[in-house]
Amino acid sequence: MSEPTDLQQGAPRPPAKPVTRLIKRLFIALGVLPFLLLLAMIVFTAFSDNFLSVQNLTNVVRQSVYLIIVSLGQMLALLTGGFDLSVGTIVALTSVVGATAMAATLAAAPESVWLAIAVGCVAGIAAGTLVGVANGIGVAVFNVSPFIMTLGIASVGFGIALYMTGGVPVYGMPPQFGEVFGFGRMAGVPVPVIVAVIISALAWVLVNRTVLGRYFYAVGGNVKAAHLSGINTRFTLFLTYTLCGFLAAVCGMLLTARLETGEANIGASMPLESIAACVIGAVSLRGGVGRVGNVVLGALFIGLVQNGMNLAKIESYLQTVVLGTLLILAVIADQMRMRLIASLRD
Amino acid sequence: MVKEYPGVLALDRVDFQLRAGEVHVLFGENGAGKSTLISLLAGAQEPSSGEILVRGVTVKLGSVHRARGLGISAVFQEFSLVPQLTVEENLFLGAEPRKRGFLDRQAMRREAKAILLRLGFALDPAETIQHLTRAQRQMVEIAKAFRTQPSVLILDEPTASLTERETEQLFALIHAATSQGVGVVYITHRMAEIRRIGNRVTVLRDGHVIATVDAKTTSEDRLVALMTGRVISEIYPTIRHEPGELLLKVEGLTSVTQSVRGATIEVRAGEVVGIAGLVGSGKSEIARACFGLEEVASGRVWLRGEEVTGLRPGAMLRKGFFYLPADRREEGLMMLRSCRENMVLPALREAPIRRGAFLSVSQEQALAQSLTRRINLQPARPERDVGHFSGGNQQKVLLAKSLSRPVQVFAFDEPTTGVDVATRAAIYRFIGELCEAGAGVLLISSDLPEVLHLSHRLYVMYRGHIRAELSGADITEQNVLGYFFERAAA
Repeated sequence: MSEPTDLQQGAPRPPAKPVTRLIKRLFIALGVLPFLLLLAMIVFTAFSDNFLSVQNLTNVVRQSVYLIIVSLGQMLALLTGGFDLSVGTIVALTSVVGATAMAATLAAAPESVWLAIAVGCVAGIAAGTLVGVANGIGVAVFNVSPFIMTLGIASVGFGIALYMTGGVPVYGMPPQFGEVFGFGRMAGVPVPVIVAVIISALAWVLVNRTVLGRYFYAVGGNVKAAHLSGINTRFTLFLTYTLCGFLAAVCGMLLTARLETGEANIGASMPLESIAACVIGAVSLRGGVGRVGNVVLGALFIGLVQNGMNLAKIESYLQTVVLGTLLILAVIADQMRMRLIASLRD
Repeated sequence: MVKEYPGVLALDRVDFQLRAGEVHVLFGENGAGKSTLISLLAGAQEPSSGEILVRGVTVKLGSVHRARGLGISAVFQEFSLVPQLTVEENLFLGAEPRKRGFLDRQAMRREAKAILLRLGFALDPAETIQHLTRAQRQMVEIAKAFRTQPSVLILDEPTASLTERETEQLFALIHAATSQGVGVVYITHRMAEIRRIGNRVTVLRDGHVIATVDAKTTSEDRLVALMTGRVISEIYPTIRHEPGELLLKVEGLTSVTQSVRGATIEVRAGEVVGIAGLVGSGKSEIARACFGLEEVASGRVWLRGEEVTGLRPGAMLRKGFFYLPADRREEGLMMLRSCRENMVLPALREAPIRRGAFLSVSQEQALAQSLTRRINLQPARPERDVGHFSGGNQQKVLLAKSLSRPVQVFAFDEPTTGVDVATRAAIYRFIGELCEAGAGVLLISSDLPEVLHLSHRLYVMYRGHIRAELSGADITEQNVLGYFFERAAA
């Protein structure tokens, strides 16, 4: 890349100050996230003294794990040049199926608490992953655009979840499930946080160190080039949506443990929030570009904003306004960044 | 009429003049600045400095529309037609005849018919563009330029997809236009056309005007020397021809889309086999069908005696056949990823880079480093995004992909599109080395001098058929061009 001074050619502007140059470099290298983070810190600290306390920030992390897990799945879909609008449905369906299976097993064998928990988790995660498989088949085999496929599946899955429960929460799970996976701690760290850390680490290894991970980037970077390089692009796409469904399903079970009921109405905001987390974390909507670390930070940032707004006593209805605006701003910033990069090209 | 402007983006202080009633040929390699120059003249782009004068008056074109208003009409190689609309709707796009605020369809039909009749093009004005052949689209594009009675006409390789008869028709039109005082800027790669219709030739190289010479008296060798800045023998290496084992055999191959019909070709080890033909003649589809990118309707393909008909690209790679696509941006490279990731992509499936499900980072680095040196990537920074490199270096990265794994037969589809002379010479040397090392090379190219000079044997394709096979001294421009076009007898 050439020196930023090239930017000034033509216009009779004074040479850029070192500070602006540094900001530009940071913007190009890291995207919009650091700037948003700084802004959020300043604003929310001004609103509430509590905001920057260790306890509150720990809270933010604990509340963000659900979004982190879903966003990592969403990132895979975005990497291949698509997206998944059905992650919310997957969370809901997993919750309902998992809770129902768990409650039924417990009712049949009241002594085997851990068997019930295992059966419930397997059933829930299987149900959610199956939705991902359906998405994968639609996108990879039948060439349905990810937009239509996941939008349609979102409606199908949500309908099934509501039909199964009649819209009523599912009770009857063993209390141990919530105690361990919802509120439990290991070595002082909340269990959901541990799960999220493990999943993030595995996701990092997957995209950076495995052949399949590289295929995600290749399919999103240029699907035709990938095909010509001997990559099975359809199978790669299929695995993408399956994995995305699996991760959303894991999140669904963790949320069920936290709520201690199976709910068909959770996860509705997940598609928007997970896409926002990825875009704020500089994952390209055009596919082929994105990093695990940045996505985790993006999801944490959204958790931070939600927490800050709660502390500042902003109504939850208005919070969705802020989130939608953030998503659009992040996309605009991404385009500005692309233009900056293009203008710096030799 | 004079136009000039010094100091332009991809052009450096170019002065260019067009007189009324002349055909002024622009001649130069891909990337020499011809396209930039005409897009400035046509108003599609604006010069960063310098000016354009029409009849001695400085004008600011701003848009293609305004340029057209000033009498400058252009026919570009990339069609500016809307595929879903009809011929007449495209002809009048942006200047639709109106009656009381509504479209006047009858007037449009009438005028469209009149234009097509005057030009002698057998086209139905109500036909939708997407149902037309490439040559027919070219005619619509030309008709569009002639619609407004231009005083300056810009034609960018207009005959590239026309038949001989249509070409004659176009030349007659150009002649009629120039005799009425229209100035024509004409881009072509064909020597014969320069002599046939040109008055003056301006040779461009690397954004500079090298010379403006008389079209009738300047020899071909002189023009090529001006265009490339060197003598022919410096660009094209002599490749040893030692045909060995039969590597690729294609028999009676017909694709589902009929882009290839009953084609039979052979490629032996240690030879460069060229395929020439017009756009749409099926010359790249034949390699694509072998590589599993086009569906095969009938016919068979063998690789080293083993039948491989209809295998997918992944399987073909493992058998040792590598197809490098013509369009690196569209099909070849991931522009937003690094050179390293691009170069090693075909090698990821197997050891040593693959270790179980994992990638060996060190093996990948080592391969990327050696490929970077082998292709002489400039600057030698494989971690940079491919999109940040020049066209020539991007092309080198594309070539490097074929070196990332063992390959017996290489199919290069337009391997030198949009690269400078130095890279071009390097790519030719590269092809020569592969061949002399015992590989079979299939060279598919629209660049006639390229296939003429490099091929040991040459197939000429026409409308999906193999029309001729030439070898050795028979490979000449006249021979090849003779098979390019429709003949009365054929």
